[in-house]
Amino acid sequence: MAGILAFGAYIPRLRLQRQAAVAANSWFNPALKAQAKGERAICNWDEDAVTMAVEAARDCLTSFDRASVKSLQFASTTFPFRDRLNAGIVAEALNIAGGIAALDVAATQRAGTSALMAALAGGSPTLVVASEKRRTKTASPLELTTGDGAAGLVVGSGKAVATLLATASRTADFIDHYRSDDQPFDYQWEERWIRDEGYMKLVPPVVAEALAKAQLTGADITHFCMPCTLPRVAAMVAKTTGIADTAVRDNLHATCGEAGAAHALIMLVHALEQAKSGDRIMVVGFGQGADALIFQVTADAAKLAPRIAVSGHLKRRKEETSYSRFLAFNNLVEIEKGMRGDVDKHTAMSSVWRNRALLTSFLGGHCTKCGTLQIPKSNICVNPNCNAMHTQEPHPFADTPGRINSYTADRLTFSPSPPACYGMVQFEGGGRMMLDFTDVDADTLEVGQPMRMMFRIKDYDAQRGFTRYFWKAAPANT
Amino acid sequence: MASGIKDKVAILGMGCSKFGERWDKEADDLMVEAFEEALGDAGIETKQINAAWLATAIEEQHVGKSGVPLAVALRLPYIPVTRVENYCASGTEAFRGAVYAVASGAADIALAMGCEKLKDTGYGGLPQRSRGVLNSMSWANFSAPGAFAQLAAAYRAKHRAPAEDVKRAMAHISVKSHDNGAKNAKAHLRNKINIDTVLQAPVVAEPLGLYDCCGVSDGAACAIVTTPEIARSLGKTDLISVKALQLSVSNGQEAQYNAWDGSHFVTTRTASKRAYHEAGIRDPRTDISLIEVHDCFSVTELVTMEDLYISKEGEAVKDVLDGFYDADGELPCQIDGGLKCFGHPIGASGLRMIYEIYLQMQGRAGPRQRRDSPRFALTTTSAASRTRTSALSPSSANMGNSSNGLSRTPLILRPRTGRDSAPIRGLPR
Repeated sequence: MAGILAFGAYIPRLRLQRQAAVAANSWFNPALKAQAKGERAICNWDEDAVTMAVEAARDCLTSFDRASVKSLQFASTTFPFRDRLNAGIVAEALNIAGGIAALDVAATQRAGTSALMAALAGGSPTLVVASEKRRTKTASPLELTTGDGAAGLVVGSGKAVATLLATASRTADFIDHYRSDDQPFDYQWEERWIRDEGYMKLVPPVVAEALAKAQLTGADITHFCMPCTLPRVAAMVAKTTGIADTAVRDNLHATCGEAGAAHALIMLVHALEQAKSGDRIMVVGFGQGADALIFQVTADAAKLAPRIAVSGHLKRRKEETSYSRFLAFNNLVEIEKGMRGDVDKHTAMSSVWRNRALLTSFLGGHCTKCGTLQIPKSNICVNPNCNAMHTQEPHPFADTPGRINSYTADRLTFSPSPPACYGMVQFEGGGRMMLDFTDVDADTLEVGQPMRMMFRIKDYDAQRGFTRYFWKAAPANT
Repeated sequence: MASGIKDKVAILGMGCSKFGERWDKEADDLMVEAFEEALGDAGIETKQINAAWLATAIEEQHVGKSGVPLAVALRLPYIPVTRVENYCASGTEAFRGAVYAVASGAADIALAMGCEKLKDTGYGGLPQRSRGVLNSMSWANFSAPGAFAQLAAAYRAKHRAPAEDVKRAMAHISVKSHDNGAKNAKAHLRNKINIDTVLQAPVVAEPLGLYDCCGVSDGAACAIVTTPEIARSLGKTDLISVKALQLSVSNGQEAQYNAWDGSHFVTTRTASKRAYHEAGIRDPRTDISLIEVHDCFSVTELVTMEDLYISKEGEAVKDVLDGFYDADGELPCQIDGGLKCFGHPIGASGLRMIYEIYLQMQGRAGPRQRRDSPRFALTTTSAASRTRTSALSPSSANMGNSSNGLSRTPLILRPRTGRDSAPIRGLPR
């Protein structure tokens, strides 16, 4: 029977205080003052839908045999690349690209649930990741309700933490909002119409159908995961379909914001973290129709290895009170970068391909003669007592813990978020590399500090629209 | 067994341009400025030069590639001219080329020129450039001060040295160099500063502030070398000879293997030991009278004092604060202002250090002349290795300091003067 074999999530560390945005923009739209409470997750300057997807997938794959994954589906409406398989970057970063099929699922807010349904129907172990970083207009309500985030699940037959009971789906060209190919931002229709003609008419029949297929009633659902930023709409759908009000799950508006196509899966992962054996979880995706899936949590859920998931990431937070920084990170203002920001970032695709083991998969070398670990891999072993030639086999460093050997916080070099922090990281068991740091506070750095690796944007070539990715070190305990 | 270069080569003449923001000068103007002085000092004509070396590090910036810019600027008579580059050791590399040419007998008279024209970037500090196809995708986003600043973090951790003490010693180094630079008409920065100015300056790369960083300058320096016999035949009596010249280039072990703690330069230690051996120096702390070192940043100078085995490990902070390296101290360091204040036109710096030692040994250093003309003196420059052993192994990946890849060139000079009673052994008559 198909089910969820593992789950994980990623929510970026920075949390923009809504009050900061409202304070900046309420001169223009006083109605925003009603939404000044709470915080929303925002990407650091070096994060996008791909990097978040990689981190959610890594969280999901904690203690999971990566080699058993046979395909990858990546859902988002904010892929950094329109024509370049975004799932391919994720697969390469996870070092599983060689033997799998990969697919990008796009263009609707229910891309996450649709990808999940398709994967569950496939049977073989599939990694489903959904990630979203929506770009919103300054002073728009969407700017306040949106949050950045990602979720990942492995589904298929096997030792499931939750088994699939039923699915239902319906498609309708209902345009609550859209974003066309030549437009950077969403265009939205009236909220009351979306509520009455959209959610309340399109979702309940799908929920009812799923319940019927599972031979359940609404009262049997213990966790109802339905993203919707409109007040009380999830509760109204629950009421209409007989689901208890207490089953309606927190949509994380206060702590994270709604992460678009990823949000249904983020809520699902959050529910899976907290559910008990026997609990029934319904997850609903809405967008040009609706998807509904019902899962039953198994006794194996409690045996899953610890992971950060949604709860851990919600705790891993840093308040961001600078609205100006949020604008700059999202290229919503043109900030004076100075001449040091002028350097051409032209990328040689031939080199990216040739060096993908290092650049994307973060593989170093293991000397088969002396056992030395090093990164990057080299023809001649770096161990001065060995120096053997051509003895190195690829060795993964992405999940190896490290410690800071030396560091600085640099205000001279150009960084979109100065100071640029970097230093030498010594990996446990051997190997070291001077790396950029990310998600750090410069004044807390110290020699010996534990670090972990994260997949991030290295550079953006604005002239040619190309994003370069690489691995950076982040504090391990946050 | 190699016989080395000890006592085989003497300096015939030297010149150095004024360093600084030479807005009105091109690279060839600077080279000619240094050359005219050297030529006059040597008392020869251009046509007597048999071979030449040009050091310039950031050739894209101005000077240009190859030996041609030097040959054209000086109108050299169609002789061998080679451009060398080894980061901040480039000037010493040009000198090494000229010295080797004379020592080998391939040339009677050889010239070494270092030149850099850095002030056409539109901003302070070194030019920001692409680091190459792969490096720019995998190297940390570092600047030169950021690369060297890490020494301080690692040094503090290793010696459990309070950050304030290290910062204060670094500040003392800068104050001392400003005092010295103020007496040097050719120096880029000639203002005296006090310790509070250094401590309160804006941070460039933690813990380095503005006054922990050397000047980025335009400038050129030049040496003409020959054999002691030829020097004497040309009427020279006050010979300054090369006692040792060693270069150590990192093979990337510091940056990739697990042993190095990031608090010192392996290459400096290696090269200085070899140089002392070649020169016959047993105790550098007492045998050497004057040092010019690579003080691109105050912390670089601090740890170099230990890497040269002059301060004991962990005691450089104390020696510096005790004034041991001040102009009137036991062993002056950067008596000309150093990179810090004389300035740092990269390709010229190694030769500029030799220029100062040369003047001091001849008693020609004017208001900054050391009370006793030095017997042995030492210069050391650093450079990041450019040698890559494989595409996947950025041996210079974390160029700069704490990261790795440094090469160092200690050079030991010794005067042959009337004041020096002991004859220099092995020097041909």
